[in-house]
Amino acid sequence: MQHVSPIREPLVTGGKTYHDITEDVCRQVEAKPNARWAAALAVSLVGLAIFMYSVYRTLWFGIGEWGLNKTVGWAWDITNFVWWVGIGHAGTLISAILLLFRQKWRTSINRAAEAMTIFAVICAAMFPVLHMGRPWLAYWVLPLPNTFGSLWVNFNSPLLWDVFAISTYFSVSLVFWYIGLIPDFATIRDRATGPIARRAYSVLSFGWTGSAKAWSRYETVSLILAGLATPLVLSVHTIVSMDFATSVIPGWHTTIFPPYFVAGAIFSGFAMVLTLMIITRKTFKLEHYITLEHVESMNKVIILTGSIVGIAYTTEFFIAWYSGVEYEQYAFINRAFGPYWWAYWSMMTCNVITPQLFWFRKIRRSLTATFIISIFVNIGMWFERFVIIVTSLHRDYLPSSWAMFSPTMIDVGVYVGTIGLFFTLFFLFAKFFPVVNMAEVKAILKSSSGVTHNPHKTMHGTDKDLNTNTHHSNE
Amino acid sequence: MNKKFVLGIYDDEDVLLTAIENIRAAGTKIYDVFSPYPVHGIDDVLGIKRSRLPIVAFFCGLFGTSFALWMQIWMLGFDWPMIIGGKPHISLPAFIPVTFELTVLCAAFGMVITFFIVSKLKPSLRVNVFDKRSTDDKFVMAIEVKEGVTDLSALNNLLRTNGAIEVNEKEVVK
Repeated sequence: MQHVSPIREPLVTGGKTYHDITEDVCRQVEAKPNARWAAALAVSLVGLAIFMYSVYRTLWFGIGEWGLNKTVGWAWDITNFVWWVGIGHAGTLISAILLLFRQKWRTSINRAAEAMTIFAVICAAMFPVLHMGRPWLAYWVLPLPNTFGSLWVNFNSPLLWDVFAISTYFSVSLVFWYIGLIPDFATIRDRATGPIARRAYSVLSFGWTGSAKAWSRYETVSLILAGLATPLVLSVHTIVSMDFATSVIPGWHTTIFPPYFVAGAIFSGFAMVLTLMIITRKTFKLEHYITLEHVESMNKVIILTGSIVGIAYTTEFFIAWYSGVEYEQYAFINRAFGPYWWAYWSMMTCNVITPQLFWFRKIRRSLTATFIISIFVNIGMWFERFVIIVTSLHRDYLPSSWAMFSPTMIDVGVYVGTIGLFFTLFFLFAKFFPVVNMAEVKAILKSSSGVTHNPHKTMHGTDKDLNTNTHHSNE
Repeated sequence: MNKKFVLGIYDDEDVLLTAIENIRAAGTKIYDVFSPYPVHGIDDVLGIKRSRLPIVAFFCGLFGTSFALWMQIWMLGFDWPMIIGGKPHISLPAFIPVTFELTVLCAAFGMVITFFIVSKLKPSLRVNVFDKRSTDDKFVMAIEVKEGVTDLSALNNLLRTNGAIEVNEKEVVK
């Protein structure tokens, strides 16, 4: 027996049945590509072309194509790397941490959010790999025997920890995502009419039949993977922050970085999830599955993590003054009032002020306002990384080596290009994969649909009164 | 050899769970139940034991931990010792991140690969499903018909009185 709470909003609206869920989610997988989708894909392919061209310039002419100089040796590329990795974190948070917390609202958004994670990590990985200058030797970061290089890799270096963290994060997220996709691929396979689709989805579904034993194991595997992914996602951004925190650069050398980076990552990730989901629910008519309740829940996460980030900015500033270290103090004054003041104040406005608007229920539940604020947060979080990286480096201990950084067109091209790469992957996913986890939404339908709030309807399409037949399991 | 099954089709999880209890209490063996989503409580009524996959994950993780520690200690401590930042050759705190990542990696992959093997999940072109609606909106209970039994009306009745909306027969070529 499920208790129906009168104050809790249903997570699936519109009196959907199990079959309706299958129909609504499979529709765009089975339909011919429509013009709107093709147009959107075409735009992202243009972005991908810009990416290819910029990568070609970077590889053929070398890193000199980028705007880096001797003082600012890390700038645009690492900003984008951290930005993309951070975006990815929301997907894991939704699929793993909310699973451990038994939050049912995660079920209809976890698939797309996790796809976002995987594509964002792919985009992120492009930057450090390209920054190597000779990406074809990228395998040198692995601990390989001496004949490949001169020595073993340095396990004391946070950059090497990053290699392990990002690659583990990517592979575990991919596996977690795929396990969830298997039952849904089976659904599409069993509905497929064309021979190609049937064969393709047969292979993808790994021969899933949905037997009770397999489901029992599936649930165990999901739970353990969630338990593993939760500390993993925290470790990934912790290690990313250690790339900075373990150095002795004023503005980087702080112990607050790991929690501050993790909160910022979740903050930016949820903003990106909202940006994507508001478009997806509209395009694929999934309004009954991704409801205002979902949007509101995500906005609450944004306001929490946004406030944590705000506190972190303030704390950093305070500690710089309180530490009594002259260089540290200068780094922060320079951030706010130096030549990059505009980046700092863009960050403050977008990250600290705009999300506070979500205290108003009206704004929290408005799709337009949410969409605009989510874009603001994405921009703000990009500026945050830019501020941390560039303003700390461009004026360090020796005034004779002070310099400014400005990106070249190729820098911009690689960044815009990864957005193109991201959306190309996302649109392909949205067309050929089920964007909502059908099996998990069906599993919560009985307790969280609009039907349970209306006792005169059943969700099965048959006209039987099933409520009399309640199961009692007491053994 | 051909195997014959009687399939009871259900459309509600609570009816299904009661039916499983009653049918098992009547002494009929249920071959398997197929559902579009994980039905909570079905493990108890079907008598499915708790999965031992978490144990697999634990030992794979343990392997990951030991392997990572051994690898880093051996490489930087014995094979090519080098002073980095004036720290000891074997500086354990610095080895923790890689150790943690490899623990998670081994635990996750070990468990998932085991899951695929024990559940016989692998990419294949043809899949035998008893009733295709079981991946959409119906719950399918399969009962194997014993050899030599031709009269299926008793099974049919048992399923129908326990709420099956439909009863079908299916032969599977082994």
